[in-house]
Amino acid sequence: MQSIVRYSNITKSYGDLEVIKGIDLDIAPGEKLAVIGPSGSGKTTLGRMLMTLEVPTSGTIELDGELLWHIRDKERLIRANEKHLHRMRGSVGMVFQHFNLFPHMNVLRNVTEAPRKVLGMSKEEAAESAVSMLRKVGLEDKLKMYPAQLSGGQKQRVAIARALVMRPKVMVFDEVTSALDPELVGEVLEVIREIAEEGEMAMMLITHEMDFAKEIADRVIFGADGRIVEQGTPEQIFDNPQSERLQSFLKRFRAGYALRD
Amino acid sequence: MWDWQYVFEILPELVRALKMTVSATLCGFAVACVGGLLLAAAVRSRYMFLRLAAKAVIGFIRNTPLLVQVFFLYYSLPVLADIKISAFAAGIIGLGLHYSTYLSEVYRSGIEAVPKGQWEAATALNFSKWRTWRNIVLPQALPPIIPVMGNYLIVMFKETPILSAITLVELLLTAKNLVSDTYRVFEPYTLVGILFLAISYPASLLVQRLEKRMNLPRGL
Ligand SMILES: Nc1ncnc2c1ncn2[C@@H]1O[C@H](COP(=O)(O)OP(=O)(O)OP(=O)(O)O)[C@@H](O)[C@H]1O
Ligand SMILES: [Mg+2]
Repeated sequence: MQSIVRYSNITKSYGDLEVIKGIDLDIAPGEKLAVIGPSGSGKTTLGRMLMTLEVPTSGTIELDGELLWHIRDKERLIRANEKHLHRMRGSVGMVFQHFNLFPHMNVLRNVTEAPRKVLGMSKEEAAESAVSMLRKVGLEDKLKMYPAQLSGGQKQRVAIARALVMRPKVMVFDEVTSALDPELVGEVLEVIREIAEEGEMAMMLITHEMDFAKEIADRVIFGADGRIVEQGTPEQIFDNPQSERLQSFLKRFRAGYALRD
Repeated sequence: MWDWQYVFEILPELVRALKMTVSATLCGFAVACVGGLLLAAAVRSRYMFLRLAAKAVIGFIRNTPLLVQVFFLYYSLPVLADIKISAFAAGIIGLGLHYSTYLSEVYRSGIEAVPKGQWEAATALNFSKWRTWRNIVLPQALPPIIPVMGNYLIVMFKETPILSAITLVELLLTAKNLVSDTYRVFEPYTLVGILFLAISYPASLLVQRLEKRMNLPRGL
C-alpha cells in the first residue's frame, strides 16, 4: 500500500546548525509511529515540517503520494506556493505540547471555528461534529467554558478534539503530555489510546512516555542528532535494542534521569 | 475685562467649530486606525518589498512635520498631480497618515503579544492568512491596546489646530476670526481652551478606567 507520508532525504538547518541530517521515513496509512530520542535530537522539527510549520532545507516530503513542499515543473521541483500548501495541509493535523487553544473562544467555538471557516460547514453541522468529538474526549459538558477555566488535561483534550474534527489522515502529537501535571497525564493518554484504536488515522507520536509508546505504537523510531539511529517494532526497540546509543538512552530513561543526552 | 454677554454671543459659533473639530478628529482617527493596521501587517509581510515599503513610509512620515505634510496635501498636490481636495479631506488624510505610523507601532506591540503558538495552531487548522488575522490574532491583539489607542485619539484631537493652517475652520481658526472681527482676544481663546479641556479631560479619565480594567489579572 502507498505510504501516507514519505520523507525523502530531508534535512533542516537553522543557520549553520544542521538539526535534521538526511532522514528517510515512510508512514503507512493508519500506522501508529512513535518517535523517541533525546532532547534536541530533532523530533519536534520532524513533525513541524510535516505540519508545514518549518520549511525543510533540502529533500522532499510526500503526503498521500503528492509532494508537500514542492510542485513539479516538468523535470524540476519548485517551491510550492501558499495555495498548494493550503490544499495539502488539510490532510495533516497537529496537537501541541502547550495546547495553543484560542483563549478568546469557548470550548465549542475552539472546535467549531475551523470546520466553519476552513471547511465551510454550517454552524449546526459544525456544532454537531464538534460535540461528538468533545464527547469522545469526555468534555461534552464543558462547551461554554473558556480555556482559562480548564485544567491542563482538559485543555489538551479540547485541543485533540479540535484537531480531530478536521479529519486529517495523519496527526502529529508532539509531547502532548509533557506540560501536564503528572496526575493529568493519564486522562490524555487514555483519549489518545482510544483514537489509536479506531485505527484509520495515521499518528506520529513524539513522546517521552516509553510505556505508552510501547503499548500503542506499531513501529518506533529512535532518533539522535538529527538521524534515525534505530527503528523497529516496540518489542525490538524496547526489549532488544541494538545500538549502543539506544541502549544507553533506555538505560538512563529507566534510571529515571532527566531526558538530556 | 471678561464680558459674559460676548461669551454667549460667540459660544454657538465656537460649539459649531468644535463639532467640526471633533468630526475631523474622528475621521482622521479612522484613517489612522486602518492605515496603522495595514502598515503593521505590511511590516510583518513575508514579501521583502512590502516590508521595505512600509518601513520607508513610516520613516518618511515620522521624520517630517505634520504641518508640512498637510501643506503638501492641500497646496502642493493640486499643482503636482492636479488633485484638488478640500481642506477637510486634506486635514483628515494628513492627520490620519501621520498618526497611522504611530498606531502601527501600537498594533505591532499588540500583535507581538499574541503567542507564536496561536499562529501555529491556526496554520495547523489550515486557516488562511486572512482568517488567521481576523479570527485568531486581532481579537487577541486589539483589546489590550485599546487604552493606548484612546490616548492617541486625544493627542490627535489636540493637534487639530494645525489644520487651521490650511484654512480648515476648526476651533482655533474660528476664534482667530472672531478676534480679528472684534479685537477682543481674551474670551475667544479662553473658550477654545475650555472647550478642548471639556472633551479631552473626560476622555482621558475614560482611558484611565479602561487601562485599569485591562490590567486586572485575567488568569489564562
Ligand atoms: N527556530 C529555531 N532556531 C534555531 N534552532 C532551533 C529552532 N528550533 C529548534 N532548534 C534547534 O534544533 C534542534 C532540534 O530541536 P527539536 O525541537 O526538533 O528537538 P526535540 O527532539 O523535539 O527536543 P525535545 O525533546 O527537547 O523537544 C535543537 O538543538 C534546537 O535548539
Ligand atoms: Mg520537541
